[in-house]
Amino acid sequence: MKLTKEQKEMLDGKKGAALAKVMQTLVRYGEIFGADKMVPVTGKKGHLVTSFGLGVLKPVYALLDELINEGALSGQPFTADPRPLDDNVPVNPLQKLLFKAMYSKQSDYEAQLEKLGLVRENAFTCTCYMKEVGNTPKKGEVLSWAESSAVVYANSVLGARTNRNSGIIELFGSIAGFVPNFGLLTDKGRKALWVVKIKTTKIPEAQLLGSAIGMKVIDEVPFIEGLDRWLGKKLNDRAKDYLKDMGAASASNGSVGLYHVENLTPEAVESGRKLIAPKAKEYIIDDNELEYIKNTYPCIWKNADAKPKLAFIGCPHLSLAQLKDWTERIEGRGGRVKTRTVMTASAGVIAAFEKTEYAARLKKTGAILSYICPLMFMNNPLCGKMPVITNSNKLRTYTTSRYFTDEEILDIITRGDF
Amino acid sequence: MKKFKGRVIAKGSVKATALVSKNGFNTLASYQKSLMFGDEKGKCSDQNNGDIYGKPLAGSALCLPQTIGSTTGGMVLFTAAAMGRQPACMLFSKPIDSLAAAGALLADIWSDAKMPVIDSLGDNFLEYVKSGMSVEVTEEGVVIVE
Repeated sequence: MKLTKEQKEMLDGKKGAALAKVMQTLVRYGEIFGADKMVPVTGKKGHLVTSFGLGVLKPVYALLDELINEGALSGQPFTADPRPLDDNVPVNPLQKLLFKAMYSKQSDYEAQLEKLGLVRENAFTCTCYMKEVGNTPKKGEVLSWAESSAVVYANSVLGARTNRNSGIIELFGSIAGFVPNFGLLTDKGRKALWVVKIKTTKIPEAQLLGSAIGMKVIDEVPFIEGLDRWLGKKLNDRAKDYLKDMGAASASNGSVGLYHVENLTPEAVESGRKLIAPKAKEYIIDDNELEYIKNTYPCIWKNADAKPKLAFIGCPHLSLAQLKDWTERIEGRGGRVKTRTVMTASAGVIAAFEKTEYAARLKKTGAILSYICPLMFMNNPLCGKMPVITNSNKLRTYTTSRYFTDEEILDIITRGDF
Repeated sequence: MKKFKGRVIAKGSVKATALVSKNGFNTLASYQKSLMFGDEKGKCSDQNNGDIYGKPLAGSALCLPQTIGSTTGGMVLFTAAAMGRQPACMLFSKPIDSLAAAGALLADIWSDAKMPVIDSLGDNFLEYVKSGMSVEVTEEGVVIVE
């Protein structure tokens, strides 16, 4: 890999031992993937995946201390994934005790993040790119991000460029100010190796469609045809919310870091079918395929007929429009939730929602609004034992929660049972 | 006995017993419980991975196609390594993915752990190797399976 004089000096330790190790990691990381050079991080803010102060992550805290003590801080402010705890979400005393033990380093870890460059307000959410949060990269900007759902959104819907980085590596890119040039940072790496043809008779459930695509293409780039028939040709808020949920499912059920939607996402609008690589494979998705995919999900509850104790809606975090929509949908079904229901959104979106007349209406339905990370909540084994339902395919993949479509979830939470 | 040649991601030599995950290895899901609850053997907690669920990861010659799942993956692998609960080696049949690469490098550069990592061993490797077989890894990236 070709390095500039400044980069070589960093690597040689002329700017400190910690920065030399950061550089060594980034260079070897790039070499593995055939990077020719480093490219500057041009996005204004970073985004970190690790937001939880698990007591067991001592080696991570030691590494961060090494950086902080040597002044190897992020050159750009960054946001981070949602917090693992929120008092708004009710827990029993045993669950609370375990949470306290599990996330015993939360405040210490957040203090480290602040020293490294965490933004001061609205720092914690997986939907950092929403306007109420303010970490919205522009098309073509190079980022050093992690968090699979944010990475796939930034690449696909915003047209920014970031690889699907691991936790810690993303911080290293923000510290160094450059990242190795490979994969999704390059035009070649953004070519579609799959053409996915949507042939459903109605708008596909976003979370199911993403799951199907992710399971098929794994980590390759798909070019999606026929979705504009259902979403239109304008990248409006409704389309963006749909793509947020679809992308998160594709990134967690597979490892998709970028997709193109014909006539809709920025690069597909700009370059059209030129984005498709020669000999791209084909995947046709119809109603039967989606039904088949849904039926492959295992139910890992001890008792498959158990009455759901909790429903999580909002993984990734909900948008303002989605919060309003869920309020109206519950109102249309009697106006009360009979299953404990937690809707999750970023603090920024919650603040904007609280300013609307919908806030009182949602409160009246009995649903709880929280900035929590449902995944971190479910990681508590005592919470994981509960029969929890969700409309999130990501949450289903990583936890014991059971997936249902939006309509099914609405049905269950307003009836209180299946 | 069969020999496979791959690319060296993290250098080292080791002998260990194979633990084979035919499907993608979900790093977070696999290490979550053992890291959280102090299990030094690093028993795999990924219920979706029938090949290795409940089996100790620490000290195994972990044979896999690639890793999958959360982008915390590299950080989790680094933590496991720094705590001495890492596999004896990681042997990838496919080119390594970005999350596993991060974990391998963080472990190599930022901890004292020794964990040779070899990738691109080919689909034949994963077809041939079975859990329980003895595996030897050389510094040149040669993997010798019993």
